Amino acid sequence: MAERKIRILMAKPGLDGHDRGVKVVARALRDAGFEVIYTGLHQTPEMIANTAVQEGVDAVGLSVLSGAHNTLFPAVIEALRKKGANSVMVFGGGIIPEEDMVFLKDKGVKAVFTPGTSTEEIISFVRTSVKSIH
Amino acid sequence: MSDLAEKVLRGEVLPTARLIRDLDDGIDGAISELKILYPHTGKAEIIGITGAPGAGKSTLVNRLIENFRSRGKKVGVIAVDPTSPFSGGAVLGDRIRMQNHFNDPGVFIRSVATRGHLGGLSSSAYEIIKVLDAFGSDVILVETVGVGQDEVEIAGAAHTTVVVLTPGMGDEIQNLKAGILEIADVLVVNKADREGAQVTVQGLRRLLEMGGFDRKGWKPPICLTVGTEGTGIADLVQAVDQHREFWNRQKAQPGFENKRREEDFLRILQGQAISKLIVNLRRSGSLDEIVSRLVRGESDPYSESEKVLKLGDYRPT
Repeated sequence: MAERKIRILMAKPGLDGHDRGVKVVARALRDAGFEVIYTGLHQTPEMIANTAVQEGVDAVGLSVLSGAHNTLFPAVIEALRKKGANSVMVFGGGIIPEEDMVFLKDKGVKAVFTPGTSTEEIISFVRTSVKSIH
Repeated sequence: MSDLAEKVLRGEVLPTARLIRDLDDGIDGAISELKILYPHTGKAEIIGITGAPGAGKSTLVNRLIENFRSRGKKVGVIAVDPTSPFSGGAVLGDRIRMQNHFNDPGVFIRSVATRGHLGGLSSSAYEIIKVLDAFGSDVILVETVGVGQDEVEIAGAAHTTVVVLTPGMGDEIQNLKAGILEIADVLVVNKADREGAQVTVQGLRRLLEMGGFDRKGWKPPICLTVGTEGTGIADLVQAVDQHREFWNRQKAQPGFENKRREEDFLRILQGQAISKLIVNLRRSGSLDEIVSRLVRGESDPYSESEKVLKLGDYRPT
């Protein structure tokens, strides 16, 4: 049997317009041999969930720099659940205070990466956690 | 009937996306679902959109989705982007231009990477077209990778091939070359608000007047569009519709359907034969033996290849 290609959706929910970080990560994941779908700024949780389902991705990476992560991350997970896409893993990154981490993980966010994280760390996390789904 | 195929036929999104994924990944068993779906295909209108990188293909696809949705048609989109030859990875970004349709249940968009396949499509694209057809799409828009001159595969997969050009892309000599322009059923000069649009149109018109290849009486119309503004889209849609009518008349001609089915069958046979042959050669250890003989200089690759085909080291599994 052929080995599955890892497919990741990188998305920016909400209103902030800073996409430098998400593009750097998208590029790094591409160079790691993954297929990365990028959909641009200002996505609603509904749009992200629909894209994740249609694109058949293994994971969704969310980038939020506006401070709205406590609302947006769980909203995406909820939208995915509603569509039956329970197996899609969600991780995130951005300016996220330490004290929010527990809350987010409790809501089902698999990992949260803050500024300073190396792309290698993200790649290795994605590879390991997706392999266990395949 | 299998559970999965049945769900695809009922138009369920999640199982359809999953089957497409399995086909793209070459997972065993996905083909058995296609066997069930096959009799339910052939209903959708397949429109190919091809042209150079940055010509505006995705933006035009977005406009076409808009138009077909306003006519109540269910739309499937397959957007192909290149795989990196170095890492095997890809950034698939065509969707970005189609955001207005993300929450429309009548639109299913799938991005695929070429995964090393040449010709402008992915090798899975033909199968994904069939899945989206069985899924109930009335129209399937297939956007190729940004192409150069020779990636003409889309013409065999689509009913109508739209070739997108932009002003100032080279002189008439470029257009004289064989390949991409020959497969156009409809020509689009996009970004027509830019300087040189009329020159490009005139050049194309002169080229078409020279004729020279058999179009069975079809004269490819030239449409001027500005995709970002939505200008000229009505003309483009009209041209596509007219070609579809022309195609329907052709379809009634004897031999037409035979040719299409033959091409489809031979493509599938070729793919399966080669992949099975190679898998078997590896598994049986024959490949290692052949390579050793070549390294020792005892044989040449042409004779070895003939021997494999003759000796039936190809054992269908």
